[in-house]
Amino acid sequence: MALLTVSGSPHVQSKQTTKSIMWTVVIALLPALLVGVYYFGLPALVVTLSSVFLCVLFEWLIQKYVLKVTPTIKDGSAVITGVLLAFNLPASVPLWILAIGALVAIGVAKMSYGGLGKNPFNPALVGRVFLFISFPSKVAMSDWPLPKALFYSSSVTDAVTGPTPLLAFKNGQAADLFNMFIGNIGGSLGEVSALALIIGGLILLFRKVITWHIPVSFLLSAAAFALVLWLVDPSQYMNPAYHMLAGGMMLGAIFMATDMVTSPITYKGQLVFGCGCGVLTIIFRSFGPMPEGVSFAILIMNAVTPLINKGFKPKPFGY
Amino acid sequence: MKTFRRGGAHPEENKLTNDCSIEVFPLPKQGVVFVSQHLGAPATLIVQKGDRVKTGQLIAKAEQFICANTHSPYTGIISKIDFATDFTGYKKQAVFIEVEEDEWMEGIDTSPDIIRDIKLDSKEIIEKIKEMGIVGLGGAAFPTHIKYMVPQGRTAEFLIINAAECEPYLTSDYRLMSESAEESLIGIQIMKKALGVEKALVGIEENKPVAIHRMTELAKNFTGIEIVPLKTKYPQGAEKQLIYALTKREVPSGKLPIEVGCVVNNIGTAEAIYHAVQKNKPLIENVLTLTGKSVKERKNLLVRVGTPMQSIIDAFGGLPEDTGKVVSGGPMMGKAISDLSAPTVKTTSAILVMSNKESSRKEETNCLRCGKCITVCPMGLEPILIAQLAENRLWEETEKEFAMDCIECGTCLYTCPAGRPLLDMLRLSKNNISELRRKRTQK
Repeated sequence: MALLTVSGSPHVQSKQTTKSIMWTVVIALLPALLVGVYYFGLPALVVTLSSVFLCVLFEWLIQKYVLKVTPTIKDGSAVITGVLLAFNLPASVPLWILAIGALVAIGVAKMSYGGLGKNPFNPALVGRVFLFISFPSKVAMSDWPLPKALFYSSSVTDAVTGPTPLLAFKNGQAADLFNMFIGNIGGSLGEVSALALIIGGLILLFRKVITWHIPVSFLLSAAAFALVLWLVDPSQYMNPAYHMLAGGMMLGAIFMATDMVTSPITYKGQLVFGCGCGVLTIIFRSFGPMPEGVSFAILIMNAVTPLINKGFKPKPFGY
Repeated sequence: MKTFRRGGAHPEENKLTNDCSIEVFPLPKQGVVFVSQHLGAPATLIVQKGDRVKTGQLIAKAEQFICANTHSPYTGIISKIDFATDFTGYKKQAVFIEVEEDEWMEGIDTSPDIIRDIKLDSKEIIEKIKEMGIVGLGGAAFPTHIKYMVPQGRTAEFLIINAAECEPYLTSDYRLMSESAEESLIGIQIMKKALGVEKALVGIEENKPVAIHRMTELAKNFTGIEIVPLKTKYPQGAEKQLIYALTKREVPSGKLPIEVGCVVNNIGTAEAIYHAVQKNKPLIENVLTLTGKSVKERKNLLVRVGTPMQSIIDAFGGLPEDTGKVVSGGPMMGKAISDLSAPTVKTTSAILVMSNKESSRKEETNCLRCGKCITVCPMGLEPILIAQLAENRLWEETEKEFAMDCIECGTCLYTCPAGRPLLDMLRLSKNNISELRRKRTQK
């Protein structure tokens, strides 16, 4: 007689797996990568691929030789960290700096806590912020690579630089909103095109990897807060539309804040988390010494996440 | 469309046997009838080895409060009284009957005539339900007559009929409603009379339009029966969720539906009550679905209680090559069977044959803290939190996180992308909490 498997119910499971989630995120990041390569040329692709390679390599090395466990690089989570780290850096970043960022992201922010699912902070953001405060001149310059489409440039090496829209505003200039929407602006290589990032976000929503709660509450709260400031003094504060499209707002709201590992587990908690991110971002951008604040806002809310999880528990049925 | 308040999922429906009419499965050579097939105190055996019993004859008597009678589904000689493995894998006392013929006890009406007049009064109906060994056919096998003895200080307002059949693959309730809707509706009238309620609400998932249509049409001939289509969403047929979907009332934790004025029974139970009260027929047969993607002949079958499952599978092409698991019941809450010689019981709703590919679990990874288990939990629990506490054997903490409220619907484990054994850990927590509570009361 055939041997029968016996186990507890349920005997069927949904199709979504850790792997499918991670690779869906990678696919959702591709439109932004294409725009980055289009505007910043081959260096953008080189930086992204190197970053992915380094993150995966560090994860494998640490799992195999330090932790002595079976490497789980196939789950795709290190690939995401790699892409996101690169997306947060200028296309002109030197590879040795990128390597340091990758090591901090994977080694410090992820593996030291026990790897996938255990890290309190978004690894790519930790890597970026580490580079940001360690090598400001290389990754947070006053002059960023400006878009210079690969396909009609005579030489990709003579990089053109200039301020990002956020820097430009601090200097009293302003970028064109339509260019900011499609990504024809200076900035980190994956953050420039709001359009491409929104397409990616829709993929995530459609594939049920994320829900609307974090991105919508993040963007709405940021817009609302920015609107208040702008109404108070339009000459000193940016208008909300500019805020939405500038810097890492879209990348942060759609891909970084929604990292399921480091964000709250209930919908209510996610709304609180998103609002916190939005408000902090506008505070940092408007009153801080630096033009950008998305990374810090998300990292701070990451730190608050366990508290949010405790404070916003679901109401059990029948109580 | 009405539905429950929070959570739920929509597993692949796989209702492969929707169009298969109910066929009568032939009597086995040997029937194995468990003495007790209900939740509660065991019934007392009143026959002996060597006795000759008739179909419908009482073989075990309910002598305690929460208990149910058991009748012989066969005519023949009792060859032995011994322990047999049941579908859960446990050994239980059973009566082995060498089937000779099919001679029914006197007084049982086996004709197909429909009897519409309800002659008995409330008390007599309840007595009849008890006498005929009716138990809840939704799965729990709770003795039905107990539900109709409404405790002091409580009043029943609604009779809720569970015809959601939210489990994938199962179609027996659907076929019953399509083929013998009138009997079910008379059964519901009988139940209403027993309870003394004006209104019965019948919840049916919208993926059964034929049954909804047929029941709605026929219900016009009856007073106070409302057929309510429900959203197709698992676990729509879970008792508390169903009550909420139909009445917007929330049964308090640890309490019974009567607390909010409801009595809930399955549509199959309504049919059984019709036969018990109108035809004097004990619960000795039921409709089950033989199904599975690779099964050669899928069927809805009227089977006598105590038929070995192996003989049902063998009669329709045997186990397919790729069989990995055989489940008694649906894929979400059914029990995986270890020994196919196990006989059917009163509550067997399906024999589901699954391939290894379909039934094996996902690769387990670390928890991603995605919170999907919380989102889908219809009871508003945090399965991952309870599972983590359970992994650390913190049973008191799992109790504080409401582990005892888990209805074991399995939606968390179904959904979890990381393949965490969430429901397994919840069950473990519940067992340990029960143990703790027993110790507390002893002190």
